[in-house]
Amino acid sequence: MALLSKKDSKLILDPLTDNNPITIQVLGICSALAITAELKASIVMAISVLFVLGLGNVVISLMRNIIPSKIRIIVQLVVVATLVIIVDQVLKAFAYELSKTLSVFVGLIITNCIIMGRFEAFALGNGPWRSFLDGVGNAAGYGIILVIVGFFRELFGSGTLLGFKVLGDPIEKTGIYAIGYENNGFMLLSPMALIVVGIIIWVQRSRNKALIED
Amino acid sequence: MGLKSKLHNFKEKNRGKKWLPAFSAIHTFLFLPNDTTHGGTHIKAADDLKRTMNTVIMAMIPCLIFGMFNAGYQHHLALGEIQSVTQGFFSPEFWTMDNFLVGFWKILPLVIVSYGVGLGIEFIFAIIKGHEVEEGYLVTGMLVPLIVPVDIPLWMLAVAVVFGVVIGKEIFGGTGMNILNPALTIRAFLFFAYPTWMSGDKVWVHGAVERSKEIAAGANLDAISGETILGSLAQGQQPDYSISEMFLGFIPGSVGETSALLILLGGLFLIFTKIGSWRIMLSSVLGAIVMGLIFNVIVDAGIISEGSKFFGLMNTTWWHHLIIGGFAFGTVFMATDPVTASQTNKGKWIYGFLVGFISILIRVFNPAYPEGVMLAILLMNVFAPTIDHYVVRGNVRKRMKRLKVKTV
Repeated sequence: MALLSKKDSKLILDPLTDNNPITIQVLGICSALAITAELKASIVMAISVLFVLGLGNVVISLMRNIIPSKIRIIVQLVVVATLVIIVDQVLKAFAYELSKTLSVFVGLIITNCIIMGRFEAFALGNGPWRSFLDGVGNAAGYGIILVIVGFFRELFGSGTLLGFKVLGDPIEKTGIYAIGYENNGFMLLSPMALIVVGIIIWVQRSRNKALIED
Repeated sequence: MGLKSKLHNFKEKNRGKKWLPAFSAIHTFLFLPNDTTHGGTHIKAADDLKRTMNTVIMAMIPCLIFGMFNAGYQHHLALGEIQSVTQGFFSPEFWTMDNFLVGFWKILPLVIVSYGVGLGIEFIFAIIKGHEVEEGYLVTGMLVPLIVPVDIPLWMLAVAVVFGVVIGKEIFGGTGMNILNPALTIRAFLFFAYPTWMSGDKVWVHGAVERSKEIAAGANLDAISGETILGSLAQGQQPDYSISEMFLGFIPGSVGETSALLILLGGLFLIFTKIGSWRIMLSSVLGAIVMGLIFNVIVDAGIISEGSKFFGLMNTTWWHHLIIGGFAFGTVFMATDPVTASQTNKGKWIYGFLVGFISILIRVFNPAYPEGVMLAILLMNVFAPTIDHYVVRGNVRKRMKRLKVKTV
C-alpha cells in the first residue's frame, strides 16, 4: 500500500510544481526577494516557514469547528504569531548570526500571504492530516523556489555556496578568478531576485502551456 | 539567372524551414525583398525599419571614430608621451595614426562582441518563435560600445548584452514592445553588477587599470588618473580642462560620449532626416538648463556652504552641464528612442523635460551615480506610457467639452 493515497500525495506534489505559491500564485514574494542573497538564509527561512505552516495548519484544522467565523482572522493570527515567536526565539538561541541576517523577516513570516492563505483556504475546511500535508506541500513549494533563487544569487553574487568558496578566492585570484572572472554585484541586490523569480516563472510556463493565462 | 532571383528562388524552396528567418535577415539586409505589400490600405514609403536604423547608425559613426582617436589620445596623454591638444581637431597631437590604432584595437572588439552576441540572441529567438529577425538590435549594438568605458572586459560586455537583450527586450515580445531602452539596460546592468569597471578614476583611460595593478605589485611608476570631469567636480575639485576641450571632447569618458560637437551634429542629422524627435532633444536640454539654473541660484543665494559635498557640482555653471558627462549623448541618441519615449507631441515635451531635469538632479545629489542621464532616461521610459495616457485623456476631455458646448 502506498504511503499516501493519490489524493493526499497531490496535496504535497501540486504546490511544488503546477500550483507553486510563489511562481503561480505569486504569494510570499516579499521575503523571497529580501533574504535570498545567501543560500543558507534561504534554507533556514524555508524550514521556518515549513514549521509554521505545517503546524499552524494542523492547529487551525483541529479548532476549525469551534472558531466563530467572525473572529477567525484574529484566531489565525494568534496561532501564527505564537509559532513565529517560537521560531524566532529558537533561531536567536541557536543560530544568532543567522537570525541577524534574517532580521525582521522571521517576524514577518506572520504577514506571509501563503500562511494566512492556506489557513483560510484549506485548514478551515479539512481534517488535520490533510491540512498538515497541504501545509507541508505549500511550504516546500515556497522553500524550493527560495533555495533555487538563493543558489543562483549566492553563486554568482558572492562566488560561494553555503559559505564555501566554490569558484575560488576573489582576493587571492584562485580558481576562475585567475582568468579574470568577477562576482556580479547586481545579484546581491533585491531587483535581481525579482528577475530570477521571473525567469523561473518564464521557464515553468514555457514548459507547461496550461499555466499560461491571457 | 541573376544572383537576386536565385536568392529568391532559394527562399521559396525553403519556406517553412526553421532556420529561414536567419537567412532572410541577412538577405533583406543586403537586398530588397521580392514580395510586395498585399491586403488593404497601405502607405508606400522608401524607408523601412532597417533604413531608419541605418540612419541612426550613420549619425553615430563620427562619435565612434572620434572615440577611437580619443581613446588613443587619452592613453598617450596619460602616459606622458604627448602634449595636450592645442589646435582642436587638427592638432598634430590628436590626429595621429598611432592614437587611432590604439583606440581601434580596443574599441573594435567591443563593437564585434556587442553585435555578435546581441544579434546571435535575436537569431535564436527568431528561430524559436518562428518569426522574422527584427532589426531592433542594429542601433542598440552600435550604442553599447559607445557608452561603456574603453577597458571594460569583453566577457562582462557579453554577459550584459545577453541580459539586456533577453530581459530588457525579448521577454516583452521583442523589438517595439520593450519598456526600457535595451542599450541603457545593458549599461545599467554593467553599472550595478561590476561597479569597479564602470566608475571611479581608473576605468576611463585605456591602461590605467593595468598601471594601478603594476603599482600595487611594487612597480615604480606614476599612477594614471583618468578622473572624469563629473568625478572631480563631485569631489569639489575644479577639473583642469578648458571649455573648448569639453565641447570638442578631448576628455576622459565612455567611448563615444565625450564630444558634444559631434553629438550635436549627429542630433542635427537625426532632426533633419526626421528620425529623431526634436521636441524631446530640445525639451531635455531645457530641463537640464532649468535644473542647472536652480542650482546656480541656490549657490548664489548662499543657501549652501562651500563645505557641502554638493557644492562642487551645484556651483558648475548651468551650461557646462550640457557638455560634460553623458548628458548630450543620452539626450540625442537614447532619450529619443521611438519605442520607449512618449508618442504624443505634448507627451514628448513633458518626457524630454523631465529627462533633462532629473539627469542633473541625480548627477548633483548622488555623486555615487555621476551618470544621472542613464538613470533619468530609464526612469522616464517607465513613465512614458503614463504620460501618453494622460495626454490622450486630456485631449478626449477637451473635445468632449467642445462637443457639449456645440450641442447646447
